[in-house]
Amino acid sequence: MFAYLVRRLAYAIPILIGVNLLTFYLFFVVNSPDDMARLHLGVKRVTPEAIEKWKTERGYDKPLLYNADANAAGRLTDTIFYEKSLRLFAFDFGRSDDDRDIGRDISQRMWPSLAIAIPVLLVGLLIEITFALVMAFFRGSYVDVSGVILCVILMSVSAMFYIIGGQFLLGKLLRLMPISGYDTGLNAIKFLVLPVIIGVAGGIGTGSRLYRSFFLEEAGKDFVRTARAKGLHEARVLFRHVLRNALVPIVTGVVAVLPLLFMGSLLLESFFAIPGLGSYTIDAINRQDFAIVRAMVFLGSVLYIIGLILVDLAYTVVDPRVRLS
Amino acid sequence: VAEDYVYQIKRLAHPHLHSPILGLMSDYIVGLGDYAKTLQAAAESLPEGDTYLDLRDYPLEGARVLDRYTYRITLHGKYPQLLYWLAMPFFGPVPWEVDRFYSQPGLKQRNITLDWYPVGTGPYMLTVNDPNRRMVLVRNPNFHGETYPTEGAPDDREQGLLDDAGKPLPFIDEAIFSLEKEDIPYWNKFLQGYYDTSGISSDSFDQAISVGAGGEVSLTEAMRKQGIGLQTAVATSISYTGFNMLDPVVGGYTEQAQKLRQAIAIAVDFEEYISIFLNGRGIAAQSPIPPGISGFVEGDAGVDTEVYDLTPEGPRRKPIEVARRLLAEAGYPEGRDIRTGKPLVLYFDTTATGPDDKARLDWMHKQFAKLDIQLVIRGTDYNRFQDKMLKGAAQIYQWGWNADYPDPENFLFLLYGPNGKAEHGGENASNYRNAEFDRLFERMKTMENGPGRQAIIDRMVTILHRDAPWLWGYHPKQFSLIHSWYRNYTPNLMANNALKYRRIDPARRAALQAEWNRPVLWPVIVFVVLILMVVLPAFIGYRRRERRPARQSER
Repeated sequence: MFAYLVRRLAYAIPILIGVNLLTFYLFFVVNSPDDMARLHLGVKRVTPEAIEKWKTERGYDKPLLYNADANAAGRLTDTIFYEKSLRLFAFDFGRSDDDRDIGRDISQRMWPSLAIAIPVLLVGLLIEITFALVMAFFRGSYVDVSGVILCVILMSVSAMFYIIGGQFLLGKLLRLMPISGYDTGLNAIKFLVLPVIIGVAGGIGTGSRLYRSFFLEEAGKDFVRTARAKGLHEARVLFRHVLRNALVPIVTGVVAVLPLLFMGSLLLESFFAIPGLGSYTIDAINRQDFAIVRAMVFLGSVLYIIGLILVDLAYTVVDPRVRLS
Repeated sequence: VAEDYVYQIKRLAHPHLHSPILGLMSDYIVGLGDYAKTLQAAAESLPEGDTYLDLRDYPLEGARVLDRYTYRITLHGKYPQLLYWLAMPFFGPVPWEVDRFYSQPGLKQRNITLDWYPVGTGPYMLTVNDPNRRMVLVRNPNFHGETYPTEGAPDDREQGLLDDAGKPLPFIDEAIFSLEKEDIPYWNKFLQGYYDTSGISSDSFDQAISVGAGGEVSLTEAMRKQGIGLQTAVATSISYTGFNMLDPVVGGYTEQAQKLRQAIAIAVDFEEYISIFLNGRGIAAQSPIPPGISGFVEGDAGVDTEVYDLTPEGPRRKPIEVARRLLAEAGYPEGRDIRTGKPLVLYFDTTATGPDDKARLDWMHKQFAKLDIQLVIRGTDYNRFQDKMLKGAAQIYQWGWNADYPDPENFLFLLYGPNGKAEHGGENASNYRNAEFDRLFERMKTMENGPGRQAIIDRMVTILHRDAPWLWGYHPKQFSLIHSWYRNYTPNLMANNALKYRRIDPARRAALQAEWNRPVLWPVIVFVVLILMVVLPAFIGYRRRERRPARQSER
């Protein structure tokens, strides 16, 4: 297994270089260093000298990918791409274009993101699995059909509608919780209830339908029939045999998204004014802050790769037949 | 003390601070340009890792401390607008101790910087600064002291705006600013009483404002019921459509070129635009100078008579036939070039490329179609748009300007030749250059307000009306809603320090917040009952199924 992990980590390096290169290319296709300088210096009275100075101080005065004026290795290393990308591999995110420490900002802003993402994941999983089990238990009956129709309806509604509708109904009409906002410590709870409800509601349709299909697949297998033939209680059949075996794809799916919880939700954080990493990324894109965009994409890629490795590991845990080699 | 003010003037030239007004101030403050070079050289000679420059060691000729509370700024020539600049944050005092403190190693790495933890002299201290969530201002116990004004505009007394005259400022102990990124939650929380004031987004306009048959605006019944008040003010800004005067078709200063631009100015009906797209929140501009700025002329005397006819009912846009005649005289009868017979095609560069902008662009297209001119919309992102403007490559474009200070110089300089964007990188995006206008501008900018200055401004505006380098567009009108517990509010779109004048009635606010936000619980009970109604039959079904004999189930 150790060799497997080392190999997977080694594979990750070219992937990360590729992602970095692509981010770099896409960013600088749309924004030139001059554009970035103009945006940071303000729209009024920006002189060409000020633009040049801003670029020089932040290292944006160099060629993007290839420095024809440099010697030997300097042709590749004395470029914006090399200088801005290399340190990322040591998880040194550097400073943003408005001169703040990105690593420190990330470490502060990941907590609000996690404060929403973890409850949404856990509560969502609980509700989706329960709902899917109920549908699987009553398969073919009116409960199952109604449940599937409800799931399709829930899946068809856009995330934006859940957010605006949720804020309107629960926050404005019923006045049960604050419409938006965030606070620190325990005071944050009252602000988190609504985004968590909306996050959970938004995932019920997709999750329940998917898990229902897992359960039904397992329920049709021989060992389940055998369990019933032995005279086992239906609840016992469901929980001991169907659920346990269906958990393999569920757990692996969940493990894959675990690291990405850090990255936050762009929409929820924006509408609920939650200062997490999702809004951090969006703000950086709007401000053309390449340093933050690059850092967040890199971080997202690393977490995704970690997620995939964890999935492989999770397979070996939940399914003893699987061996990593 | 005076030294802190002088220290900040020196900081304008600090090589690491990129002050946007260094270039401008170097033209006026004696020695500031050379001072920037001196500091640059000094910064380069600092040891590696050391960024602190003690500016006290570098005297600046144009800014000197006379005594503890007096300093002198020496200018090249006359520059009355400096008084406005002195009221802006660029000139806020910074003690050397603060500069020294924040230059200590390790602070910047921990994001502890002056812009995040500012030090000032105002009525409030910034005690919580998390711009991504919340900022809290708390009364400054060391504030030097100010009192509420005893004089105001003519009707201020009737409106109760002078009730607090002479009382010490500020009135509010703590002000909390929360970040709301989206309009909808912000609007709803204002209605719930969690915000004291609000603007009105397009989505909420009908909910807040009713427009009478004569165009008069008032609050809706729902707003009045909540005791919400409405304040309107024309912003000291302009949104205009410019012609690139370097362009061979729409630019130039020949009579034909002037007539072409005048014809377009008549055809593009900004009154209609304001009505359709701004819910009436704006007034059609007659020159670059907005109301509220000295030099603005109210009434018929200020009307652009190249575009409007003066009638007893007020100015009326000239009929489209006049525009057609002007177009024909410009060499484009019925929208065709008289020399080649080809249709006149013009290009409109805009950054408005989203789905919401389509209706506006369609409208603009139709305005030009009134003259049979084909308008090609060239949508682009703001970066490319700026590039085009810098190169003078756009033909017709849309842009705007917000006043930095209440002086006509701050608007007329947008058409001053030496500020041409393509040639000098200045703010004259139309690259307009008229020798007489430029000469008058140079005279006007250093004059005090008065009849002499007004006469020059009038002449400059007349030149602009004739040359028509811009379609004047509109001055936006700001609508502000305020709750009944919020007092001493009067719109001032240039002042950033008005919080100290505001007063609130916290008891009334708390009472109304509680009244407006009583939770409605019965739908929750209904929801729980509904869930039970679904779950219960399912549970009964489950029990029945579990107890059913095996034989029956086989059948």
